[in-house]
Order: sequence, then structure tokens, then C-alpha cells
Amino acid sequence: MAATIAKRGTKASLLIRDARIFDPARGVDMRADVTIEKGQIAAITPGKKGAEAGGEVVNAAGALLLPGFVDLHAHLRSPGREDEEDIASGTAAAAAGGYVTICAIPNTDPVVDDAAILASLTETAESEAVIRVAFLGAISRGQKGEHLADLWDMAAAGAIAFSDDGRPVSDAGLLRAAFQAAALTGLPLSLHCEDPSLAGSGVMNESEVSARLGLTGIPCTAESADVARNLAIALYENARVHIAHISCAQSLQHIKAARAAGAKVTCEVTPHHLALSDEAVVAASLDSNLKMNPPLRSDTDRQALVEALAAGDIDCIATDHAPHAAQEKETPFEEAAFGTVGLETAFPVLYTELVETGQVPLENLILAMSTNPANAFGLPVPTIAEGEEANLTLIDTEEEFVIDAAAFKSKSRNSAFAGRRVKGKVRLTIAAGREAYRNE
Amino acid sequence: MNRHLLSMHDLSREDVESILATARVDFLDLFKRDIKKVPTLRGRTVIDLFYEKSTRTSTSFELAGKRLSADVINVKADSSAVGKGESLKDTVLTLSAYRPDIIVIRHPHVGAAAFVARYTDAHVINAGDGKGEHPTQCLLDIFSLQQAYADLEGLRVAIVGDILHSRVARSNITGFQKMGMQVTLVAPPALLPRGVEALGENLRISHSLDALADVDVIYLLRMQKERHEGSNFVPSLREYISRYQVGLKHLAGGQKVLHPGPINRGIEISAELADSKENLILEQVEAGLAVRMATMYRLIVDSTAAEAEVTAAESAVSEAATELGNIRAVG
Repeated sequence: MAATIAKRGTKASLLIRDARIFDPARGVDMRADVTIEKGQIAAITPGKKGAEAGGEVVNAAGALLLPGFVDLHAHLRSPGREDEEDIASGTAAAAAGGYVTICAIPNTDPVVDDAAILASLTETAESEAVIRVAFLGAISRGQKGEHLADLWDMAAAGAIAFSDDGRPVSDAGLLRAAFQAAALTGLPLSLHCEDPSLAGSGVMNESEVSARLGLTGIPCTAESADVARNLAIALYENARVHIAHISCAQSLQHIKAARAAGAKVTCEVTPHHLALSDEAVVAASLDSNLKMNPPLRSDTDRQALVEALAAGDIDCIATDHAPHAAQEKETPFEEAAFGTVGLETAFPVLYTELVETGQVPLENLILAMSTNPANAFGLPVPTIAEGEEANLTLIDTEEEFVIDAAAFKSKSRNSAFAGRRVKGKVRLTIAAGREAYRNE
Repeated sequence: MNRHLLSMHDLSREDVESILATARVDFLDLFKRDIKKVPTLRGRTVIDLFYEKSTRTSTSFELAGKRLSADVINVKADSSAVGKGESLKDTVLTLSAYRPDIIVIRHPHVGAAAFVARYTDAHVINAGDGKGEHPTQCLLDIFSLQQAYADLEGLRVAIVGDILHSRVARSNITGFQKMGMQVTLVAPPALLPRGVEALGENLRISHSLDALADVDVIYLLRMQKERHEGSNFVPSLREYISRYQVGLKHLAGGQKVLHPGPINRGIEISAELADSKENLILEQVEAGLAVRMATMYRLIVDSTAAEAEVTAAESAVSEAATELGNIRAVG
């Protein structure tokens, strides 16, 4: 119930020959054949001796076979902006990025704030989704930050977490009430941390860069001050809390301190905050695809995030996949909508920028893209082991390629990474035992 | 027994037993007679000072005083000098100039009854002080339970609903545990006060009506709707109802249901249960009258009896009245 997928389609039967199986949660790193029968991992056989199942053999020599990725933060724009994305295109894009489960953010039109909307989305997913989709419910009615949404009914209808993402919960009393109401459901709140009175009308990080460009800045403290406040409330209520898309070092400090004090906190960071800094805005001549919220921060902040990922202080990588119609980005930087798509570029960008450069072990990257997010929201944990349902992705890490936004499965093209040379091409994704993506 | 009844903490278990025995032996049967009045407090003055809207508590105290033949004066805040800005202190000093024997006070603020006790020589009965306490409600609830169950020791009771805003819950946790009962509190997290464990000894806390399967008595509290408009104690009243409304289906184990009133039909209590024989709500109202008569009587008698060596509790009502006359003569 918590995460659903289209009920149609046949379960995959094939043999993946001679891949490097890497499943750090189970301590597995070996070359072997993987036999998948009717969607289940039937056998893992070293020495290229795997029995062929259903006839098909995928030659995977030299490729990485990973537990499929889990994204806690994807804007699927349905209902309301199906011109930008819908459940079919969003899950297809995710499958092309190696994802087997994604979580849809409720800041849609209408907002997902009652059980009826959530149930109708689940029904759509059961006919359209090519990978598992889970849905978050809003924290407040209409995400207006005034009254609690129907948290209990939405939990009963299958919500996996609650978030007003896109808007912070500014009223601390409402946030406390939300923690108390959510406690009854056992579900976490995923918090977009931002003090709007500090963020003001800013469009990029407040720094020397914004000063040079003459753009209004968003200070780090707009995020970190709200992170600190929210963690203090969560700690007082002993509540489960997930801090969404952290972008700066100071936020990390607050999270580490709260953890040390016993807070039940998980957090996520996006690929773009790990790979890009505010200097990129200058380098790309104010490309509006580099405008996002939270904004790209200083390189010092970016390095702190990378180090925290390597140290295990950041649990999860989440895309904050934010599709926008072309006309919302083909504007001057200050007028453009915030956000970048990310599902189809997360792994290659991070593998190329962080793993190949030796800054982050592959193990940390895979834990943060698969096992940890699944655990944070109580989703099925992708595992490569005999008897498990196949939720995996096969990735070629040798061949370099150029990210081509025009070829995205997503309906939107607003990628901060378009044109970048990377390694880590997804060849095959099997989600919930069904083939969800294959790069022919 | 203390001079005043401000809190259930003022009473020992023996005090409770003694008041309830008086209510049962001396007053309950009285209500079955044609003439429901005794001369016990003839010549005494009772002032009911009510700063909050009330139906059952104010009528109950008024009638209790009248059936004891006391002179009863009702002062309602909305039709008195309070409306002209008089402070509680000055109102109490003014009324005390009449030398009343008892002041019954209902007030929206915690501690108001104790405050009144500082400025009067009368015996003060707390008829509800904000979210503080409501000891006579607790006494009548224990009385109702004694009528329904032979032995309260070990009886398991769940108090369900808006515990955060409830003076009844605060008094009853104390009172029920004093009588040897096991208390479980059932409410969503936001309707339990922070530190709720400190309200009693070994309190059980549950967020689910599933806990009702393991109790003998269900004590329902009113969902105080007026406190919920524009607030976020629960996501919505509808969701509260679907998860916390108690109905006949929760009484599979033969549980009895109490409610201090006023009930909100269809909110914390289903209409079927409200109309069912499984609830003791009207018995509670009748018990309230007897218990309040006994409370007034014992406050006056016990405080004067110490000197006169009169054991009024064991005397018949008419004898007690005579003795009271003697005490006055002696005093």
C-alpha cells in the first residue's frame, strides 16, 4: 500500500551475465551471473555459469549491478500541471535514472491534503507508473500553513510522509501540532526549511557572486535558522523528522548537534548541491536552469556537503526533481521558476563528480541513493539477493557520454546538467520485478 | 476533613468513603419520597457564585442547598457587579459580609477556589476552577461506580478524550487512584498534557481506543469544540470522530460508560450509546445531588463536630439536624 506500481505488465525473466554486483548494505561486491525468473532473483552464480531463464541473456561484463535507487523527493506535477510531468512520464524518467521507487511531493494543484486526492493518485499510479510511486500528503490544508491537513485519513489511505515542500511551515505551533498528529501515524514530516522573512525575494545564494551580479541573495541562515528551530521542536516532541534538500554547512552542524542530542532525524541533499556552487551561475551566464530553491551555495558549503556524505552524516540523496514548462525557464534569471529536473542525471553526475574523483566511496553513494532513503520513509529496501523481488539497475561506468536533455523521458528539459560529459549510463532498470527501462 | 473542598488532594480515602456513605445512607433514599427536603442546614446560608455557564452543576448545588433547608443565594457573574468590573476579591469580601456558611465557586481560572478561600470565613467548595479541578464531580463519579460495582479496588477505568482541557480528568485521576482503581488515559498526543504521567501513579497512556478492550469502565470526556475552532489539536473533528468516538461496539466486554456532561452526541459518544442503558449518565446526575448534599453537610458538621464530639455521620438525618441545633446552642 505504501508504494504502488502499475498492475499490468509481465514479470521479467532474464539472465544478467557477469556483472559486478555491488550491494553495500549486504556487504556484497562480486562478479556473478544473476538469474531473474518471473520478477524474482532466482540465482546468483559466480563463474559465468548462470542458467538462462526465458532465453534472454544480457551481457553485463564490466557493468555495475546495483540495488535500484529510491528518491524521497520528486515533483510529479500531477494533478494540475500534467504539461510539465505526470505519473507515467515521471516514473519513466526515474526508471531511466536507475530508480525503482520515488516519492511524489504533494504541492500540486489541488494540493494533496485529503484522502480522496491521495487515493485517486494511487489509482492513477496503479495504471500508469512503471516503477513504484509513494505519495506524501501535505502538512497543512492547501499548504497554507494555517490548519492541519487530514493527516490521519491520508495515513490510512497510504501516505508515507507529510510535507508542505515548496513552502516552509512558518507557524511553529502548527509544526508542533503536526508532529503530535503525525506521531499517531508513525510517519515522518519532511521539512522544507526556509525562513521566508530572511529569504525575502532572493533568487540566488547571498554571497560575493550575488553582489557581483547584482542579484538579490538568499542567505544561508534563511535555511539554517529554520533547520535549527524545526529540530528543536522535533527533539522536544521526540518526533521523526526528515530535513529536505539541505544546502549549507550550518544546517549540517544543526543536524549533527540534534542527532547527538538524540533526535530522530534523517536528511537529504540533492545532486546539484553536491556538484555545483554559485560560481556556476556566473560560468553559465545566468542560465535559468541553475536557479533553484534552496539556491546553489558557495563552494565551501558544497565541499562540506560532500564531506558529510563521505562521512555518513548525510543519509540520503534526493533529486528534488522539479520539472518546468519551457516558458517558465526561457526568461531572465530573476523571473524564472525555481527548480531543475534530476531523476535522469543523478547517478551519472554524482558518480563522475564524486566517486571517480575519489571524494566519496561508491559504497556511500549507493547507500545514500537506495538503502538509506528506503529506510527513512519505510519503503521496500532494494536488495540483490536470492529470493528477493528484482529491484535493481545495471549501469555502464566505462563509456563517457553527454547529457542530452532533448532525449529525457521527462516531459521537461530544465536540467542544470544539460551538455555535461559524464560516466554512468543506465542500461537496464527492473522495478518490482518488471522491466521498467532498457537503453537499447 | 479540611475546612474546604478545593481539590481531591484535600480528601483522604476515608474522607471520600465517609462523604459517600452519608450520601448513600442519608440522602439517596430521600429522593424517593414525596417530600424531598430535610431540615439539616436550616438557618445556614449557602452562596453559589458562578462565573461560568453551567446547567447541571449550578442546579445541582442550588437544589442540594435547598433540600437541606439552607438559604441559598445564586450569584451569576453575568448579572452581577462583576459585570461592572468588580474583582473576585471584592466580590468575595462583599458576599462574606453576610457571613455565609458555604461559598460554592465555579470560575474559568485555575486556583480561583483557593483564592476565594483566602478571603472568607465560609467553607469553600470548588465547583470547577478552569482546567484545574472539579472535586464534587469526582465524588459523584466514584459514588456512581460504587452503586454499579461492589468493589472499586482494582477496577480498571479508561478516561477517554480531551484530557488536556479537562478539570474532570485531573480530579478523577487523583480520586479514582485514591480508591484503588487502575487508570488508563486514552487520547491523541496533542490532547494529553505534557508530563501527563505525573498526574498519577503508574498511569497507563494509550493513543488508541483498542485500550478499551482491557478496562471495566469507560469515562468519556466532552470534546471541547469551542476550544478547537482555529486550533490544531486534531487534524479535523471528522478524523477525531472516526478514531475516538466511543459507541456500543466498544462495550463487548460489558463496560459501563460514564460522562460528566454535557455530552456532544455524535462526537465523543455515538447517539446509540448516548441512548443506551449501558451508560450511567443520568445516574451520575442523581448521584451528584446526593453527593453535594453530603459534601455541604459534612463540611459544616465535621468542622464543628470536632469540638462538640458529635459523630454526625452515623446519625440519622433528623437527629443530625437536632444535633446541629445543639451545636449552635453550645457555640
